Parts: sequence; C-alpha cells; structure tokens
Amino acid sequence: MNAKEIDQKTLLQNETDPLTHTPVHLLSLDKVGKNYGNIVALSDVTMAVDNGRVTCVLGDNGAGKSTLIKIIAGLHQHDHGVLKVMGEERKFTSPRDALDVGIATVYQDLAVVPLMPIWRNFFLGSELTSGFGPFKSLDVQKMKDITNHELAEMGIDLRDVEQPIGQLSGGERQCVAIARAVYFGAKVLILDEPTAALGVKQSGVVLRYILQARDRGLGVIFITHNPHHAFPVGDRFLLLKRGKSIGYYEKKDITLDELTAQMAGGAELAELAHELEQIGGHGDVVKEVKSEVAQTSGKSHS
Amino acid sequence: MTQTLAKPAPLAADERIGRRSPFQKLLGRPEVGALVGAIVLFVFFSVVSSTFIQPSSFATVLYGSSTIGIMAVGVSLLMIGGEFDLSTGVAVISSALTASMFAWYFSLNVWVGVALALVVSLTIGFINGWILVKTKLPSFIVTLATFLMLTGLNLALTRLISNGVSSPSIAQMEGFASARAVFASSVNIAGVEVKITVFFWIVLVAVASWVLLRTKVGNWIFASGGDANAARAVGVPVTKTKIGLFMAVGFCGWVLGMHNLFAFDSVQSGEGVGNEFLYIIAAVIGGCLLTGGYGSAVGGAIGAFIFGMANKGIVYAQWNPDWFKFFLGLMLLLATIVNLIVKRRAELK
Repeated sequence: MNAKEIDQKTLLQNETDPLTHTPVHLLSLDKVGKNYGNIVALSDVTMAVDNGRVTCVLGDNGAGKSTLIKIIAGLHQHDHGVLKVMGEERKFTSPRDALDVGIATVYQDLAVVPLMPIWRNFFLGSELTSGFGPFKSLDVQKMKDITNHELAEMGIDLRDVEQPIGQLSGGERQCVAIARAVYFGAKVLILDEPTAALGVKQSGVVLRYILQARDRGLGVIFITHNPHHAFPVGDRFLLLKRGKSIGYYEKKDITLDELTAQMAGGAELAELAHELEQIGGHGDVVKEVKSEVAQTSGKSHS
Repeated sequence: MTQTLAKPAPLAADERIGRRSPFQKLLGRPEVGALVGAIVLFVFFSVVSSTFIQPSSFATVLYGSSTIGIMAVGVSLLMIGGEFDLSTGVAVISSALTASMFAWYFSLNVWVGVALALVVSLTIGFINGWILVKTKLPSFIVTLATFLMLTGLNLALTRLISNGVSSPSIAQMEGFASARAVFASSVNIAGVEVKITVFFWIVLVAVASWVLLRTKVGNWIFASGGDANAARAVGVPVTKTKIGLFMAVGFCGWVLGMHNLFAFDSVQSGEGVGNEFLYIIAAVIGGCLLTGGYGSAVGGAIGAFIFGMANKGIVYAQWNPDWFKFFLGLMLLLATIVNLIVKRRAELK
C-alpha cells in the first residue's frame, strides 16, 4: 500500500479553500470523538470539507459513519476534539443550529414525512408566508411553483406536487430532499447513504445530483459503503473502521482498486479464502476469492 | 438540467402513473368516509322520523353535536399531531368548577372566575404536553394519569369548598347574566332558537381548518404527527407544537366548560367521566388517524355531527336509546377500517 495518506497534522494548516482562497475550511473536524456511555463510538477523526469539493466517508456497518454525521448535523454532540465552521469553533445543540449555519443533511430514511404532499415536505420547517401578524398564512401557490421549478431543474419530472411524498420511489425522494437542501442555501450538504437502497440506474441519478450540488459550490459529505459510488464523484476519501479513521486520501493519490482493497480489507479476503479451502468443496469460489486477493494486493503494491 | 417550467405539460409524460379523476381525488380526502356516513344517517332518520327534519329538532341535533364538536376540534388537531388526551372529559368540568367556586368563595365577579378557569385549562394542557415531551411516555399513560388526578381533584376540592357534590349556585352573582349571554344564550334564526355553542363550534372548526391547511403551525402539526424524527431533523419545533396542541385542547375544554356552567348555574363535580372517548370517537370517525399525521378539523366536526344525529335521531324515531351505544361502536369500527385502507393506499400507492 503506497497510496499517500493526507497528513493528518498538516491538513488543517496547509490547505486553502478552493473558492475563497483563504486558509479556512468551510467545515473542519480535528480529532473529534464521541462516547456513548462506556462505548467509544468514534475517536480521533480529522477531516475537512470545502466549497465545491466532495468528501466521501467510507466504512462498513458499525464503522462510526452515522455517529460522525449525527455530530455534524447537530443530533449528537461530540465529547472530544474540535468542530469548526468557517474557522469558528462550534458545538451544535440541535439540528436547527446546524441548519442555521448552512449544514443540511439528507437522511437515508427520515428525510421526509410520507403522508404529507411533496410541496409541504419541500418547505417543511422553512415555510413561506404572506400577510402579517396573526394572519400570516402560507403562500401555497408560490411554494408549489418553486417546488415544481426546483424539481424540474434537477430533472425530476413530477405529475403533481400535491401527491403524498410516500408515493414516490426511494430515488425520487432522495432527489427531492437534495433539491430541498440546495434550494435552502445549504453550504454543506451531508448525504447519508443516499444510494444504499437504490437500483443501478437510480443510484446514477443521485450521483449526478451530488456532482450538480458540488458544481453549485456546495461542500458535500457523501457517506457510503460502496467505493464504486464514492470514487467517481469524490475528491477526498475518509475511511472509517471500528470508530477510527484508517485512511484519508486525495483522489490523485489513490485508485479505485486501492480504495476497494482498503474497504474490503485484503487480509480478511485472504482469510476467507483460507477458511473456504479448509471446508472444501468450494473450489471455484476459492479460486475467485484468491484471484481477487491477488488483484487487489497486487495493484496496491504496484 | 435544461428542463424548465416551460416544458409542455408533464401530466402525460410518465406512462406509469394514471391520471386521477376529480372523483378519485375526493375519495382521497380524510373526511370523505364520515361525510358519506353522515349523509346516509341523515337520509335514514329523515325517512324513519318525520320530526327529525323539522327545523326546531334539527337545531337540537346541532346543539347536541356542538357540545361534542367543540372538543372534537381540539382533539382532532391533537390526534393529527400524533397524540391523544384522555383527560378532556373531566378537564371540562374542572374548568367549570374553577370558574364557579373561585368566584363564589371570594365573592368576586364571575368573569374573574371565567378568566381564572381559562388559565387553569391552558395550564392543564401545558402540563400534559410538558410531561409528555420531557418523559417521552406515551400520551395514553400521561393523560390517563391526568384524567384520574383531575377526577379526584374535582370531587375532593368541591366537597372541601362547598361541602357537597356540586358547585354552589352562582346565579345571583355579579356578571352572571352577561356571562350567560356570552356562553349559553340562543340566537333566533328564522323563528328557530339556535344555541350559541353551534356558532362557537363553526368558528372553531373554521379557525382550526385555516391553521391546519394555511399556516406554518398546521404544517408542523401534520409533520409532528406523521414523523416526529423527520420533522425535528428539518428544524420543526416538535416539542413546542405538541405542547401547543395540548393547550389548544385545554382552550376548547374551557369554552365547553363555561357553556356547561352558564347553561345552568352550578356544575356536578362527578360529571365528564367517559366524555373523552366521545371526542376521540368523533375525531376518528371524521378520518383522523390514531397514529397521527392525517386528518382534518372538518372531519372531526362531521364525526361530532354523526354523533349528534345518532344520539337525537334515535329519540325522535322513538326507539329504545339502549341501541345508541351499539350503533356508536359499529360506526367507530367501520370508520377506522375505512381510515386504515386510506392510509395503506397513501403509503404503498
């Protein structure tokens, strides 16, 4: 493995924001950790998010990805380390806090209220009103128009924004949530496994929106366990395992195969091949796993 | 990316989605089941009993409906917000007892009692909501506890203060006449005496519908009941919304409590037990989901109207009123099944 890791110590000092050219990151985490009682869910995680960059957080189940985003999104507070927004140290006490500084999160499962119409979901928590005083009422037509327009911009073509959002497919719902975050001027967009439950084509659609959000100048945090989804869109890759960072790479310093090998764990694959061999009767499977081991380790050592 | 609003009607663009006719859209409304039920019931009693459709008896039906309907407004909103309240029945009486006994004991103008009763009703609602959001216990437990405590307080404090089971008469006290005019008078419409509670009811339903469908708060109520976590994650103040809903129920209880007091001049301290279910039944028949996130204020009103029609219609048809409870149970079961089907269709398309 010769992929050059980003130096955890110099990262926060040397890099400058690509848009503002100031040495301040849009969002930075320095040795952030979180305990749940006596369980260490996350420790020593350092990462940075900048305008127009996609930072991918990769890891298997239980690696600490969810804890990490919950800290950034304001659902939990970190116990150790420093979280900075535009160079200013912050500790969010509620999702509203995080939203107010422009950190929007698109959750895999709880992005929307299924029984509510699309346009109500789109503006939920940030409704447009007209009138004054106690007679402030929702500007329904305007909200419907904006919802239609924003979704059309994203290439989602919906028949009726009045239908309950629960009737949309998973991918469409993700896209509505992303469009919502982009519309409300998010600076940092956190996407929690947006492609996990999606088919190949729908995943492609979501990945395209990630790039669109990046091109609009947002800092995107893309959480996934699929390196094939992360690699094409990511600029930086943070790999988590058992609550710890096991690598932090720039795209130019790593290949997809190396990323996959790190994710899958080359050593574990070799072990699996060995175990299968001992059980016997799985000749072709063993051959396949072995060739995979050879492939990943060979490439990462080349 | 190049797609804009100018794109020709996307209606027919997706061949997988059929178009819904206006009739199907109507069927998707939460209160449609109740509306059909109300029409069937109305026609039925009109045929069975000739007195039922006379204006004066219809005004009586409306009055009966309004005493349930005023509370059903608050209870419907609360149910849409994902909670329900078992203490409403006795909280109405608590409010009336507070007003009468406070004014009587200190020999004050009854309006002082009325104002204090409003504070007490809102406080009961606030405490219900506050305990709920702080402890995260189900509203069933929290409000069951409030129900029991209020039942006990109503009886015990009344006995302590007035040495009896009913509050002392306040008919001779200052301000009684004006309070009766506000809370318990009748309005003559084309020769028919219509109780003022009917108008309270209509106003409350109108305000509640406007709040639900056309304000931020309405959006928050639907979201808090539909998916509290999702709502919180997008910045909806879920706890404030829920506490506010319990206080709205308290307000409705105050209105009805004042009517109960000023329709006569005293209140029985043991009353109100069991009424909470009538309000919940009205909301459920009207299409509010017990699990929250779906329903309407108009639905609750139709539910209350069904209740009023059945209650009085059975009397006008000169049947044994024993059948009333059976009938109510049947309506509830049918309405809940209809709601279940609606929800499944909305979620699974």
